[in-house]
Amino acid sequence: MSWLASHFNYVIVVALMMAGLFIVFSSGNLIKRMIGLALFQSSTGLFYISLSKVSGATAAITLDAGSVDGKALASQLDPAYVQQFGVDGVVYANPLPHVLILTAIVVGVATLAVGLAIAVRVREAYGTVEADEIEALSRVTAEQAEPAR
Amino acid sequence: MTTPFLDANFALNVALLLMLLAIALAVVRTRSLLAAILLMGVYSFVVAAWLMVMDAADVAFTEAVVGAGISTIVLLGAILLTHGEVVRVNWRLQVVPAILVLVVGGVLIYAAGGLPNFGDPASPANSHVGRIYLETTYGDIGAPNVVTAVLASYRGFDTLGETTVIFAACVGVALMLGFGPRVDTAPTVDVMGDHHVVLRVISKMLIPLIVLFALYVQFHGDLGAGGGFQAGVIMAVAVILHAMIFGLGETTKAFRPGVMRSISAFGVVLYTGVGIVCLVNGGGFLDYDFLFTPQVEAMIPPGLLGDPDKPHHWGQHFGILFIELGVLLTVASTMVSIFYGFAGRTIEAIKAERGS
Repeated sequence: MSWLASHFNYVIVVALMMAGLFIVFSSGNLIKRMIGLALFQSSTGLFYISLSKVSGATAAITLDAGSVDGKALASQLDPAYVQQFGVDGVVYANPLPHVLILTAIVVGVATLAVGLAIAVRVREAYGTVEADEIEALSRVTAEQAEPAR
Repeated sequence: MTTPFLDANFALNVALLLMLLAIALAVVRTRSLLAAILLMGVYSFVVAAWLMVMDAADVAFTEAVVGAGISTIVLLGAILLTHGEVVRVNWRLQVVPAILVLVVGGVLIYAAGGLPNFGDPASPANSHVGRIYLETTYGDIGAPNVVTAVLASYRGFDTLGETTVIFAACVGVALMLGFGPRVDTAPTVDVMGDHHVVLRVISKMLIPLIVLFALYVQFHGDLGAGGGFQAGVIMAVAVILHAMIFGLGETTKAFRPGVMRSISAFGVVLYTGVGIVCLVNGGGFLDYDFLFTPQVEAMIPPGLLGDPDKPHHWGQHFGILFIELGVLLTVASTMVSIFYGFAGRTIEAIKAERGS
């Protein structure tokens, strides 16, 4: 199998990460930046799940040993492969990255809400969420405050 | 490796990933934030579909309810309070970020050459600790869903930290955007006097079903895909749907913002409390084997619990039940509180505009 086929997922994950990083770097809009961060974070999740994929596996929900479903799944695979990599005759996906990414998604939306709340407060204080305009406004405010001191 | 590699599963994987790439590029290009947010909703659904192809049923479930549901609502609330259009950026200012991103991406793709082949069952990640969990979970915990067992029992301390982070986000949003609308000032909708009667009647029937589904996901979590995180978000979606259809005033009467914040804290307390009960009973923190003491067993009528294979499984079942309940309470009430924070701010902004 060629390199591109066996590493296709990693290439796409890096491309998605680049898209997110580009938005964060190049966009001055604070909301767009939060969207870019969400994209970046999502690509990390995709990377973990890609690593946890096991060929011919099923979801990590234990089937009873010798159950009909387990036998049906195992019959589609090479017996030697099942013998080597299966648990009680069934090949499962690696559950550990699933656990990490599951909680990361929920924590991600909670932190996204905090970031957006900050953007809303910035808009109330400056009347804009564009980073360049905020910088110009705060420079003007600083110059006005200077003579008063 | 003897299993077929270029099978239907892999073809689906490639197709869905290419769709994700196309959506991500559209998000980069668009100047409309509304379009970007809706594209991110589509992105989340495609990710959920891709996760099912990767056999990650629990994660797919979470991504579908969180990414496409709550994220979209929060982002829409934020652009309602700010501005929906991005200012055009001079292309010269995008050259340096583009070069930087290409360099980082190039280095990472070069480094990806050292990663194991996709789907390799013998890779380091898949052959050591992940495999041990698969081998021992059913004997140790008695829960078929290994993901829930690892989340709630083996790595219960980790999950406690994450629940606390969600509670902290609830506090953070409340501190920045206020404590939601005041119950007596939030607008109510005249239920009979407008065109949305069909929508209201259908929603009225749907909301109990959504809550029922959330409870199923909650209590079925150690048997199949699901658990406290997913159920909490689904339950919050039911409340948010109610607020959208019947007006914020009606919803805040039923689910008072103050009560929601208290429940968010109570969920973390319940989780920690389970850990402390384990400590008092002589075990480690969150060591559920010590929950099912002989005193507890004596209180339960005989025959009610059936005949478990191993007695300590009941302790594990009780522990997972209670900590998942704590997670459900914190996640559901936090998502509702965040929604109240954004929605209450919008009402104040509209009032200020009318007043001036």
